[in-house]
Amino acid sequence: MGYTPHTDPDRAAMLAAIGVASVDDLFADIPERVRASGWDLPAPMAEQEVRAELTRLANANRLPEVSFLGYGAYRHLVPSVVAEVVGRAEFSTAYTPYQPEVSQGTLQSIYEFQSLICELTGMEVASASHYDGATATAEAALMACRLTRRHRVAVSAGLNPDYRRVLATYCSGPGVEVVTVPVDLAEGGTGTTDPASAAELLDDGVACLIAAQPSFYGQLEPMAELGEAAHAVGALFVAVVEPTSLALLTAPGEYGADIVTAEGQPLGIPVSFGGPYVGLMAARMSSVRQMPGRLVGATRDVQGRLGYVLTLQAREQHIRREKAASNICTNQALMALAATAYLTAVGPEGLREVAELSTIQARHVAAAIEGAGLGERRFSGPYFAEVAIRVPDAARRHAAMAESGIVAGHVVERDEPALRDTLLLAATELTTDDDVARLVDALEATR
Amino acid sequence: MSHPANLRYSKEHEWVRVDGSTATIGITSFAADELGDIVFVELPEVGSSLSQFGSFGVVESVKAVSDLYAPVSGEVTEVNGALAEQPELLNSDAYGEGWIVRVALTDTAELDALMDADAYAELTA
Repeated sequence: MGYTPHTDPDRAAMLAAIGVASVDDLFADIPERVRASGWDLPAPMAEQEVRAELTRLANANRLPEVSFLGYGAYRHLVPSVVAEVVGRAEFSTAYTPYQPEVSQGTLQSIYEFQSLICELTGMEVASASHYDGATATAEAALMACRLTRRHRVAVSAGLNPDYRRVLATYCSGPGVEVVTVPVDLAEGGTGTTDPASAAELLDDGVACLIAAQPSFYGQLEPMAELGEAAHAVGALFVAVVEPTSLALLTAPGEYGADIVTAEGQPLGIPVSFGGPYVGLMAARMSSVRQMPGRLVGATRDVQGRLGYVLTLQAREQHIRREKAASNICTNQALMALAATAYLTAVGPEGLREVAELSTIQARHVAAAIEGAGLGERRFSGPYFAEVAIRVPDAARRHAAMAESGIVAGHVVERDEPALRDTLLLAATELTTDDDVARLVDALEATR
Repeated sequence: MSHPANLRYSKEHEWVRVDGSTATIGITSFAADELGDIVFVELPEVGSSLSQFGSFGVVESVKAVSDLYAPVSGEVTEVNGALAEQPELLNSDAYGEGWIVRVALTDTAELDALMDADAYAELTA
């Protein structure tokens, strides 16, 4: 059979039916100057030629020998069992499980994912799942607007700048105003969101306050106080968390978070430019009908056997069209499965060890740099596994170190011009003492 | 199917009962039967304004999700909180315990745009 869906007579019949002379006429509304033209494509290649070309391009990538880059994505050990589970054809080829009678395996895995996220966050219900942490956070803001029927959201400047950009984009369509709550950036200051400054910006027109734990600068925020400030004006409190940190820090459900979002990448997904990652979202059961995304529930069939189904689908766009809670129309099932396999493999103790080792190595980084007189912590107070270090001439030295294969974290002034000469350095359990020694040597060499 | 004579009806299958300046609004037993088992009713807030034939809430059944359309304009003075726990009241007693909202009626002339019980029975026959 042919794989060309329409023949010339088919096209002629369709054009005649809608009264258009040619296919080109369908694009008459698009100005000439923005139309693609003059495709300059190379000649067709044989498979081995394509392989050679792609290998040549791939070899142009420079993989760092040592990296302290975090910025919301973290390099952790991924147990081999994760790839084994995710690579199984039953999972890797399965589409959205609309038909429970043929999708019990996929549905059960999603249900287990939701259960693990609830346990981790201390919340009552988790959806499965979102594209990434940034879009999950933006969805949480819109969810808060629906729940409170308010149209303004307040966001801490301590939230990852990429997340704030995605939030601004998501809010621009429905006309939701975004106000930014400042962070104490003073030299030696806390590097956190001041609850009193937050309270000044909050009123009964604000749907939610969004804050990150740990903050973009790695610092630990006063989440309970920020939550109280939000609740005092009837706003919701959205906590954006780093999932491995929850093995050590208070669960958001315990400090009054109404919605919790996170980037799930640290849970068994390798760092990869552009993803795929997975967004986590958890909330209270009372707000479940305004929660976006897939939701799997457990139930009993007519014979009393345990089974799983997509539930509360009336929130979703395949039922409610433009009135759906969100236009998210897929989930990151395979990445959610990776997170499920990871959490199951490492267990509560393993996750705690990951978080502890990451914090220990971050302190090792700070102490080594300070001990060598090459820089000092930019902020005071507790931090998790990413640390802001003041280093003279940071941008130039960062570039020079990258030339020698060492990525010295992130140059903060690229996002926050007020924070000059500051490197944001991340550590995980994979950061070795030798990595730290090489970083110190590189800082010394570029002084 | 017969419908109470003291109510007015909209084409969208809502009913309204007027007592002085207060109007009580619900969905008809015909609508409830068509929807099947109703599992959720999303109510407006007290104090919000309804405009005639505008959407003011959502009713969800096991087979469909539908908007609720206001048969008359007015400010919501009361919502039927019992529906949060017992949405099935719309099925069991559409014209009684299954009422949805009460509003302070804006304009009684709007009632002229609605049907009486006989006309509604004819529409749904």
